[in-house]
Amino acid sequence: MPPPFFREVERIMNHFLQVLFDGLLNGLVYALVAAGLSMIWGVMDVINFAHGEFLMVGMYVSYWIGFFLDVDPLFSWIASGAFLFIMGAATYRLIIRNSLGKSAMAPLLATFGLSMVLKNFCMNRFTPNFRLLSGTVLEGKTISVGGAILSVPQLATAAFALVLLACLYWMLKRTRLGWAIQATAMDSEAAELMGIRTENIYLLVFGIGGACVGITGGLMTSYLAVYPEVGSLFSLIAFVVVALGGFGSIPGALLAAIIIGLVESFTGFYVAAVVKYAAVFAVYLAVILIRPKGLFGW
Amino acid sequence: MNTKKISDGIWYLLLAGALVLPFIPGGIENTFHGHVLTMVFLYASMAQAWNIISGYCGQTSFGHAVFFGIGAYGAAMAVVQFNSLPWYGAPVGALVAALVSIPISAPCFRLKGHYFAIATFAIVEIFNRLFMIWDWVGGAIGLDYPILEDGWRNFSWSSDKTGYYLGALFLFALVFGVVRWIDSHRMGYYLRAVREGQETAESLGVNSSLVKLSAMALSAGLAGLCGAFFAQYNYRVDPPMVMSLDMSMKFVLITILGGLGTFWGPLLGAAVLIPLQEYTRAYLAHLGSGVDLIIFGLIIIYTMIRQPTGIMGLIRGLAPRGRDASNDGGDR
Repeated sequence: MPPPFFREVERIMNHFLQVLFDGLLNGLVYALVAAGLSMIWGVMDVINFAHGEFLMVGMYVSYWIGFFLDVDPLFSWIASGAFLFIMGAATYRLIIRNSLGKSAMAPLLATFGLSMVLKNFCMNRFTPNFRLLSGTVLEGKTISVGGAILSVPQLATAAFALVLLACLYWMLKRTRLGWAIQATAMDSEAAELMGIRTENIYLLVFGIGGACVGITGGLMTSYLAVYPEVGSLFSLIAFVVVALGGFGSIPGALLAAIIIGLVESFTGFYVAAVVKYAAVFAVYLAVILIRPKGLFGW
Repeated sequence: MNTKKISDGIWYLLLAGALVLPFIPGGIENTFHGHVLTMVFLYASMAQAWNIISGYCGQTSFGHAVFFGIGAYGAAMAVVQFNSLPWYGAPVGALVAALVSIPISAPCFRLKGHYFAIATFAIVEIFNRLFMIWDWVGGAIGLDYPILEDGWRNFSWSSDKTGYYLGALFLFALVFGVVRWIDSHRMGYYLRAVREGQETAESLGVNSSLVKLSAMALSAGLAGLCGAFFAQYNYRVDPPMVMSLDMSMKFVLITILGGLGTFWGPLLGAAVLIPLQEYTRAYLAHLGSGVDLIIFGLIIIYTMIRQPTGIMGLIRGLAPRGRDASNDGGDR
């Protein structure tokens, strides 16, 4: 039996580890949500205000597939991702392309209108009730890492987010398509002259941005309840992550998301649960005032 | 006849008409239309206050819910916490809102484009959470008004709402009057110069930081006064009600729908959006919740795609061009 002093130290260490892991896992999920937004922002200088609502739609897709067809979120994320890819591309074709270049605020406000439509449509059709899938494969499973207890569904989502981010990064840096996207981001007119169909690149970027949140949302239904307002907070966090990381930068988004996740979990545990988002936004403001274009921004 | 005279004529006719309306039998007394008109004047005033900094001066703020909220809390605190009159709370709230706006916007003005927008979102969220945990101002529960005697002294009426209508009309006349004055004086030229090109304006001797900060303080103070009215009208205040992103977006959307940076835009935007929202909420309620907001969202999308300059842009497009030599092409 160790003396009481050591037991106390062990208890504090366990709490610390638990909070650290929670922050890391949440941060990885935020990174994937933000990656799509960051690409759209980087390539087109457009903020997609409906990004959080895309996440909510992805969650509903995976939830209803799970509910009616009994497909586990481990597989239904494919459907969510595909659905949101199409929705993202359609948003570009129908809304963004028609509002680009008219005024600086037009695409932002148009997507805000879209977010109102999506949120209230789900409110109207699916009621504001919280819905959580039960009987999923990973439900309730936990593993213990050095005294901290981690939920397996959350761990799986975070691991998946990391893999997907790596794929996205590889695609941007190593493939011809990625080079074309980067070229379009740097100078769309020059890219057009080099034979890149920028119109298709925009469409694709919006699709990929949608697919990123669709996949995240699809996986998240295994541990998070779906309701029409679920996207609002994720939207704001994604904006902050992207602006903190510097627009268009995937590593920036990853680093910023982990910082945000850690700030959230540490202030939530050690200060008070209510102030955690106040702290997140305060940290963001503090950084942005020192580096006005984010950590990795040009 | 030039546009200035036409604009003056419309302005005085509108004020006179609105002032006479409650005294016509069956005008607005105790009706839903009275409520809608009151809301139109309130939201038009809010949008016009926002228009000073964002329309005329070109700094798109998504943080006005903070100043609106501070003003609302000013009136509510005076009544609920100090057992005093809203007449003392409202100016104090507006003054605090103006003072608070200076230190929080001074650093943000260094940020460009979307970075500025996101920073102002973050400020709304921070204030929202801080008011949630601040027990002195009621925390998450907010402040509920006690039952008070009707009349101008308490600025509260329980059955006949004509007083609220006249209050909103006064607010409207004040905010629009201030902007009319600015528009035709030196300050208006400074604001537009900073919007069109900060470097150029500075090279001509305009102190752009001072212009932006004073425009922000004025805008925030007027938004605070609107907040005080909102608190009196709703008889309660809580953080999600007044200090939320949705509230901030109302300032933005009404002005942009009407016409950003124009004198009549905020009124036109409010005169279209507010009745639409109130009547669809009342008459489409059987279709379930959220239908009014779906329609609202669709209108915003449509406007942004088809007519991003708003209703004012539509009117200007219809007006005959180049025939009238005395047409000075001013901002009205």
